[in-house]
Amino acid sequence: MKLKRTAEKVIESGLALSGLITLLTTLGIIWVLVTESIGFFSEVSIVDFLFDTQWTPLFTQKHYGILPLLSGTFLTTSIAILVAVPLGVIIAVYLSEYAPYKFRITVKPLLELLAAVPTVVYGFFALTVVTPFLQSFIPGVSTFNALSAGLVMGIMIIPMISSLSEDALQALPKSLREASFGMGATRFQTAFKVAVPAASSGIIVSVILAIARAIGETMVVAMAAGQQPQLTLDPREGVETITAYIVQVSLGDVPHGSLAYKTIFAAGITLFAFTFLLNNISYWLKKKYQEKYE
Amino acid sequence: MKNIIETKDVNVFYDTNHVLKDITMDIKEHSVTAFIGPSGCGKSTFIRCLNRMNDYIESFSMKGQVLIDGKDIYKKKVRVEELRQKVGMVFQKPNPFPKSIFENVAYGLHIQGETDKQLIAERVEKSLHRSALWKEVKDILHKSALSLSGGQQQRLCIARTLAVKPSVILMDEPASALDPISTAKIEELILELKQHYTIVIVTHNMQQASRISDRTAFFYMGDLIEYDKTKDIFTNPKKKETENYISGRFG
Amino acid sequence: MSKLKTNRLIDSAFKYVGIACTLFGLAMLGIFIGDILIKGLMRIDWDFITSLPSRKASKAGILTAWTGTAWILGLTSIIAIPLGISAGIYLEEYGKKSRLASLIEVNIANLAGIPSIIYGLLGLEIFVRVLNFGGSLIAGALTLSLLILPIIIVGTREAIKAVPTSLREASYGLGATKWQTIWHQVLPAASGGILTGIILALSRAIGETAPLIVIGALAYVPFVAHSPFDEFTVLPMQIFNWVSRPQHEFLVNGAAAIIILLLITFVMNGIALYLRNKWQKKIKW
Repeated sequence: MKLKRTAEKVIESGLALSGLITLLTTLGIIWVLVTESIGFFSEVSIVDFLFDTQWTPLFTQKHYGILPLLSGTFLTTSIAILVAVPLGVIIAVYLSEYAPYKFRITVKPLLELLAAVPTVVYGFFALTVVTPFLQSFIPGVSTFNALSAGLVMGIMIIPMISSLSEDALQALPKSLREASFGMGATRFQTAFKVAVPAASSGIIVSVILAIARAIGETMVVAMAAGQQPQLTLDPREGVETITAYIVQVSLGDVPHGSLAYKTIFAAGITLFAFTFLLNNISYWLKKKYQEKYE
Repeated sequence: MKNIIETKDVNVFYDTNHVLKDITMDIKEHSVTAFIGPSGCGKSTFIRCLNRMNDYIESFSMKGQVLIDGKDIYKKKVRVEELRQKVGMVFQKPNPFPKSIFENVAYGLHIQGETDKQLIAERVEKSLHRSALWKEVKDILHKSALSLSGGQQQRLCIARTLAVKPSVILMDEPASALDPISTAKIEELILELKQHYTIVIVTHNMQQASRISDRTAFFYMGDLIEYDKTKDIFTNPKKKETENYISGRFG
Repeated sequence: MSKLKTNRLIDSAFKYVGIACTLFGLAMLGIFIGDILIKGLMRIDWDFITSLPSRKASKAGILTAWTGTAWILGLTSIIAIPLGISAGIYLEEYGKKSRLASLIEVNIANLAGIPSIIYGLLGLEIFVRVLNFGGSLIAGALTLSLLILPIIIVGTREAIKAVPTSLREASYGLGATKWQTIWHQVLPAASGGILTGIILALSRAIGETAPLIVIGALAYVPFVAHSPFDEFTVLPMQIFNWVSRPQHEFLVNGAAAIIILLLITFVMNGIALYLRNKWQKKIKW
């Protein structure tokens, strides 16, 4: 009996240890980013990093202003969100409030397949299909451009928004809709005056997570948006995102410990800060909203 | 008193499941009609046929006619939204919207496109008076409806229905989720409302049916077994099944 | 009543907008697959599967890439599956209210949202430099394991949560210990759901490119890996490399490799979907 109890304790500790690995992962990420960034900021002033308008660590004339990378990330993410939010929310509302049951359960997994496609495939699609298509009717679209990458990224994150928002809508009690129908509201009125406001926190969470995903997306932008860090909001031009820059450096032969090597960690910590913030907002919102309905 | 609702040979199916069989009945204006019967007898399905609340159930199909004010509500050109403004519904569990008390009552007017603030405010107040809730909520109109007690929420749902000026109010076991005191208030309210509206109520509670209704319909296994004055149903039932149910031998 | 007419018009208009948007999403998936099949299907033959990479597009094959993907799949499974399931069990069955457990829970939600390329930076420092594994299979597998751990943990927890309490009580009632109950009753009952999570996580792992680029996986590896400490490439890396080249022939190679990668991904997702449906039916007693 005593042996049994000891065994139980050992097992519990073993399991807890596995859980601890996830904590170590986070600590490891923060430690790696912070230590290498400290090395970076001991050589480059933080003022230059935040306000210089050029990013040219790999050239002879070196500048370390993060703004061009941020603007590139902002531009591609904005385009993606402009595509994904309206489409994702409309699809969610349609599937949840209008579509016949059979249609819904067939279409939802198919749409989720869009999210399962490896991102390198989206990069291929953006580069070889969408860019030539855009060039055929928009003058001045470069081979690498923010528009194509943003649009494809938008398609890629539609299922994130549609699926999570649909879940939020489906979680609402049926009685809420019946009350609205019972007073003579149309499905559209019921959907947008009752269901969407009641599920709004869930929908907002899905949008925030989608934004975080777009900011951190790498392959689509690395393949289709280009590697020209420039401060522009013209979607027809090539831009470089934070993630694409990290890829660019990783593919080259930058020696370990050099300043150029450290730049990817400074870029990485910037990226981490944004996604960390967005994730925490969404986690907090989700907790709050769960309490409301339980 | 004239008949405001008439049904003729109503048959309802869920897929191939025959849940209501040849229901023919008339319901008089400004009266309270109670539907009683054991669970699964079809009484809830039937009340929901009266304002087409079953429309969104995919397996639902219906044969027969439901006439309201002499017009068949299942005709193609009927606008179901208009119908439901006229035939309102109160549900089993209180289901206020997660909005303020005021907005809950004003919702029906909003969806009709009413923009006159004065009119909306007046109608909200009047509806809350009629549902005997005004005194309790007049100072907290802009608080969330979810902060009210269950009984208050149900009276709010009634007020919300009244605000669209229906002529018929369908109530599907409106007090089943409430405590005895709240139930008594709802029953009192139903007797008040009878002067202005026609009320159809589904109830599990036979005492409730006998206290508040003028006529009672007893459903069993999808059939309308007996439909008569409430007094007669409870004191002198004509069918064996009714008698068994009333005396508590099953159900 | 003209207001009602407008409302009804909007109502049915939205129905068509909704259908159009949904079909747009599905059409994209269709165009996508169609385009890649047209570009790449003719390129796939036995030689393409069994040839080493080459500087000549017509001779190049995906042997090192798919064997690398298979290695990664195997190693990542060995590392991530036991860890993920254990952590899931701990959080759901043991740590429910402890402070450590709630900290881990917040942390997992966060980890799931960290971009994969950041995991690459972690792997680069810890596995490639500090542990000195270099750009080897083991460094790649460890990095990807950390990346997919949150998915397995969340999947395990949900599967365990769905097991009815009555089953646990029956086991406790017979004098079983907590672990015996978990091992003999809870895990078998939850296995379908856990497996679904694992397959989805692994399908994610084999599609990843960015973290592997960062840890220094090579696009051109002229031999098949024989040990976890060998250098490697995987299908997505090979695709990225081919698509980045200017010659059209390499683009065709890329499309052909994409077909193979998509096939693997879709089959895995299909299995996961099938298991999920089957399992959900079973759990509704």
